[in-house]
Amino acid sequence: MAAINIQVSETPLVLYTLRRADDALILGHRLSEWCGHAPMLEEDMALANMGLDLLGQARELYSYAAKVEGRGNDEDKFAYLRDVRQYRNLLLLEQPNGDFARTMVRQFFYAAFADLYWRAMMRSTDATLAAIAAKSEKESAYHVRHCSEWIVRLGDGTEESHRRTQGAVDELWAFTGEMFEVDDSERGLIDGGIAIDPATLRPQWLKTVSDIVREATLVLPDNNWMQQGGRSGRHSEHLGHLLSELQSMQRTFPGATW
Amino acid sequence: MVTAIPSDTDLRRRAWEAASQVVDPEIPVLTIADLGVLRDVEVHDGRVEVAITPTYSGCPAMNMIALEIELALERAGMPRPTVRTVLSPAWTTDWMSDDGRNKLREYGIAPPQASHSRRALFGEQQVACPQCGSGNTELLSEFGSTSCKALWRCKACREPFDYFKCH
Repeated sequence: MAAINIQVSETPLVLYTLRRADDALILGHRLSEWCGHAPMLEEDMALANMGLDLLGQARELYSYAAKVEGRGNDEDKFAYLRDVRQYRNLLLLEQPNGDFARTMVRQFFYAAFADLYWRAMMRSTDATLAAIAAKSEKESAYHVRHCSEWIVRLGDGTEESHRRTQGAVDELWAFTGEMFEVDDSERGLIDGGIAIDPATLRPQWLKTVSDIVREATLVLPDNNWMQQGGRSGRHSEHLGHLLSELQSMQRTFPGATW
Repeated sequence: MVTAIPSDTDLRRRAWEAASQVVDPEIPVLTIADLGVLRDVEVHDGRVEVAITPTYSGCPAMNMIALEIELALERAGMPRPTVRTVLSPAWTTDWMSDDGRNKLREYGIAPPQASHSRRALFGEQQVACPQCGSGNTELLSEFGSTSCKALWRCKACREPFDYFKCH
C-alpha cells in the first residue's frame, strides 16, 4: 500500500503554529534517541525530561493547528502522515546528535532562543498561543540553565572536551540564523500582535550565548553566512532518516492504535 | 412515581467531592485538589464537565488523571462525564495546598518553595532534607524521576531525596 500523506491547508496561522510544533517534535525526538545511551544516569533522565517537555509542547501546538485549520487533521496526523517536504522545523533541530558535546551545543543554541521566544509570546494577542507560551517558558528556563552549565563544564574541561565542544559550535553556528528569520506569511501575524518579531530577540540571545561561550573558554565563529530552508520544507538529508523511524509504525500499519 | 431531581448546585458539589479524591498516579499521597490540577467543575444539562490543568506540558500522568476522574464520577452515579484541559492560567506550584506540602514531606519528597518571581528559578536554592530536616543538602540533578522533580542528596543523613521543583 502506498504511503498516504495528509494535505495541509497552510494559512498563515496554521503554518506559524506548525513550524513551532515541528521544532518541538523534532528536537524532542532527537533527545529521545539518547534514552539509555547518555554518559551517566542523571543525564539520561535530564535528556528524556527535556524531550518530554518538548513533546508536550508539540502536542499542544499540533492540536491548536488542527483546530485552526478545521479540516479533520489532528496531532497524530500532523506528526505521522506528513513527509519531509511538509515539515517546517528549523534545520538546527534535525541535525544528528553526534557526541554529547554536539547535542548540548544544539540544545543550548535553541534553548537560549526558546526561553526568550516563549517569554515574549506570553504577550501574543492569540489566547491559545499565549497560554502555550506561559507553560513553555517555565520549562525552557530549566533547559537553558542545564545546557549552559554543560557548555561551561565541557568547554572549560579537558583538552578533548574543549576540542569537541568548539568543533560543535563551529559546525552548528551556521544553523542559528534561521531562528530569527521572518517571511511574508509571518509578517502579517507580527503586525497583528499574534506573533513576535524574532529579530528583536537576537541581541539578547547573542549576549546570553556570548557570555556562556566566553565563560567556557570557547569562541563563536566569525562566519555569518547562515543556512536556511527548514521553514519552507527544504531540509538536510537527516530529517528523512529521523522521520522514517518516528513514523515507521503508522507507515507500516496505517491507523494502528493500542 | 416521584424522583427527587438533584439541583445543579448539589450535583456540582458532589462532582467536585468525587473528582477531588483522585490521586496523582506518580505521587499517590497527593490528590489533584492538593496539587491544584483540579480547576473547575461545571454542570450542563445534568452532565458534569471537569476542568483540569496540566502541571508540565508533557506530563504523562495527565491522561491517567483524566481517566480516573471519569471513573470516579461514574462510580458516584454521574453518567458520561467529560474532562476538559485548560492551559491558562498556567499551573504553578504556588497552587499546591499547605496540606499537600505536608503530605509530600511526610512521603519523603521535599515540597516546592513558593516562587513569587521568576528569578526564584535561577537563585541559589536551599532545600531542606525531608528525612532529617537538615539544610545541608546538594543538588544531584535538575531533572529527576518525573518531569516535576529534581534529585537532591542530604549531606547530613546521606539520604538522596526527590525535590518537587518550583514551577
